[in-house]
Amino acid sequence: MLHQLRAATVMFAALTVLTGVVYPLFISVVAQVAFPRQANGSLIQVDQRTVGSELIGQSFTKPEYFWGRLSATGPVPYNAAASGGSNFGPLHPDLKQAAETRIAALQTGGLRTKGIPVDLVTASGSGLDPHISPAAAEAQVARVVAARRMSEDTVRKLVRDHTEGRQLGILGEPRVNVLRLNLALDQHSRQ
Amino acid sequence: MTTNAVLQLSLALGLLLACVKPLGWHMAQVYSGQAPFFERFFGPFERWLYRAAGLGKCLEMSWRQYAFAVISLSLLSFVAVYALQRVQGWLPLNPAGLPAVSPDSSFNTAVSFTTNTNWQGYGGEATMSDLTQMLALTVQNFVSAAAGMAVLVALIRGFTRSTTNTIGNFWVDVVRGTLYILLPLSTVLAVALVSQGVVQSFSAPHQVTLLEPAVGVDGNLENTQSIAVGPVASQVAIKQLGTNGGGYFNANSAHPLENPTPLSNLLQLLAILLIPAALCHTFGEMVGDRRQGWALLAAMSVVFVPLLVLVVVAEQQGNPVLQNLGVGLAASDVQSGGNMEGKETRFGIVNSSLWAVATTAASNGSVNSMHDSYTPLGGLVPMWLMQLGEVIFGGVGSGLYGLLIFAIVTVFLSGLMVGRTPEYLGKKIGAFEMKMAALAILAPCAMVLLGAAIAVVSPAGTASIFNPGPHGFSEVLYAFSSASNNNGSAFAGLGANTPFYNGMLALTMLVGRFWVMLPVLAIAGSLAAKKTVPAGAGTLPTHTPLFVGLLVAVVVVVGALSFLPALALGPIVEHLSLPKSS
Repeated sequence: MLHQLRAATVMFAALTVLTGVVYPLFISVVAQVAFPRQANGSLIQVDQRTVGSELIGQSFTKPEYFWGRLSATGPVPYNAAASGGSNFGPLHPDLKQAAETRIAALQTGGLRTKGIPVDLVTASGSGLDPHISPAAAEAQVARVVAARRMSEDTVRKLVRDHTEGRQLGILGEPRVNVLRLNLALDQHSRQ
Repeated sequence: MTTNAVLQLSLALGLLLACVKPLGWHMAQVYSGQAPFFERFFGPFERWLYRAAGLGKCLEMSWRQYAFAVISLSLLSFVAVYALQRVQGWLPLNPAGLPAVSPDSSFNTAVSFTTNTNWQGYGGEATMSDLTQMLALTVQNFVSAAAGMAVLVALIRGFTRSTTNTIGNFWVDVVRGTLYILLPLSTVLAVALVSQGVVQSFSAPHQVTLLEPAVGVDGNLENTQSIAVGPVASQVAIKQLGTNGGGYFNANSAHPLENPTPLSNLLQLLAILLIPAALCHTFGEMVGDRRQGWALLAAMSVVFVPLLVLVVVAEQQGNPVLQNLGVGLAASDVQSGGNMEGKETRFGIVNSSLWAVATTAASNGSVNSMHDSYTPLGGLVPMWLMQLGEVIFGGVGSGLYGLLIFAIVTVFLSGLMVGRTPEYLGKKIGAFEMKMAALAILAPCAMVLLGAAIAVVSPAGTASIFNPGPHGFSEVLYAFSSASNNNGSAFAGLGANTPFYNGMLALTMLVGRFWVMLPVLAIAGSLAAKKTVPAGAGTLPTHTPLFVGLLVAVVVVVGALSFLPALALGPIVEHLSLPKSS
């Protein structure tokens, strides 16, 4: 019995050091040397200031910006220190209400398309989704054009530039990075 | 389904299938004491470890000694994980300055991670320090997985050995599984994930000035965003490979810093199913008849694929409530459409549905979308896959030993039909094996139904329900299905971080782990002591489509009979009460 307990203790200690210290530290060193930008959160710098991460969405409600997914994080939307979804089931009354509020907001800004893209009226699982579908971007072009007094062609070109296809041509879904697109709009407006 | 949907699903399953043979063969080598390539690097360390632990020359254990070793490792793990959470406030590597975790939550998490469940009542980035994540949780991701694989290997030895009372050495199996299987795979996967954007850093949260201030629920304006990071990639790699599923962040693999791209998603998805699928081939190799392993893999796939198609179709159909508001749900080249609540744009319907089925078929439990927001039928499938006992792929080791238990029941039933003594792989199945098999199958079933029943009749249980109506019942049923079968995913609306749920779910996790594992070891010991008899004219061959069909029927019938009444009260009622789309 005592013999077995000694084995258990030594094994547990050794496995803890190996998998809990050596392994994560080794991965950290490799990551920081080989992929320093990704390992530190894919941050975006503008004029030496960190304005966000290209992987983490931000909340946009002004008409001159493209809006992202709804976000259910608390206490503010897109809280990157407390990720999470709404967990609304399909029949939860608040799910319908959140969609109705969003649709109303989109319509005040002049919504052009008929079938409203579903990703614009639903919350993402993380609450931090950095992307919207190309359809969701297209649905907002008219509003952004009007609010910025930019030409429709310019805005459309910027949307196209920030649209990613499926990875390797097959994986995932086509998508538009909302923060990157809005940064590009701001930069264009300043010029 | 769209062409791209079919392509993506076929690609994932094709890649998985391609890995089964090489990895299965490698694992058979490792557990048979041969892995020359890796032993060149780690062999001396391995031998030093055995000496330090005082294993001596005799490296064989009876099933009781093996079981004692499993329990002693689990107990030590439990104490360490509990203690680290309680004192993390005073320890280093806590850049966000997080305080000690509450006693009931620490207890639940300690049980959860030592039983390979990784149910999470807490939100990772707001609760656990970097040190706790590494030294407590990452370690358990390895150790509990290695222990599950070890028990499977012990059971296989029960079949292959004859007239002996030993089934191998637990410590050797755990160490070799960790050194030669889990660590190399995790290292490769972790680095690949970092290249896609999964973070691996010990820095404090990044403070970012927002382009536009965010408006809080109380009307407050927030000008900065605090982006939590941590040693994520190293933990996520083993969380998937070891069918653990406990995320670094609260949103798990839906979080863009935990699963940033469709490629990282594919890699993680493959990692979820990789070892459970490949172990089928390991089994075939070790029992000296590869067809036996392929038959089990076929049985798993026969259940997996139709359920996968059902979820993709249900989720693509979407929510009629939104459709009636004028929302477009059709899939096209510019949007995925469907039920996008709780799903990420980059994954869309196809990758979210595939993940939901894979993570609940395997007892992984990580999520890349929120299961609570699935359509009724889309949510029913993950729940039922867990209720089947986590044998369709299942946990590393635990999935296959669970399915072998069902295989024993299947040969027994077939034996009853033709009036012959049942045998499997040359071992006569007797009364003792059947008793143990019945115990291993019934204990988790009972915990699901009893636990859910107690929760819905007690005020402490119903107080945590988030969604109204039948969906609220589904949340409770899902929680107990997940805990009892050591899955760990959730209908996360349920506010489970309460003393009631922390205690109840921890209890069901313990029963689900050990009341299966110990009967399995008992069967291993009993089988090893028996003579191997050559197959005769009356022996039912166990590698044929007929046997695969019988095995699937047994698994499905047990699952359906036990849980259809409960499912009828939850997802089925909810499905029937969806409004018609106009």
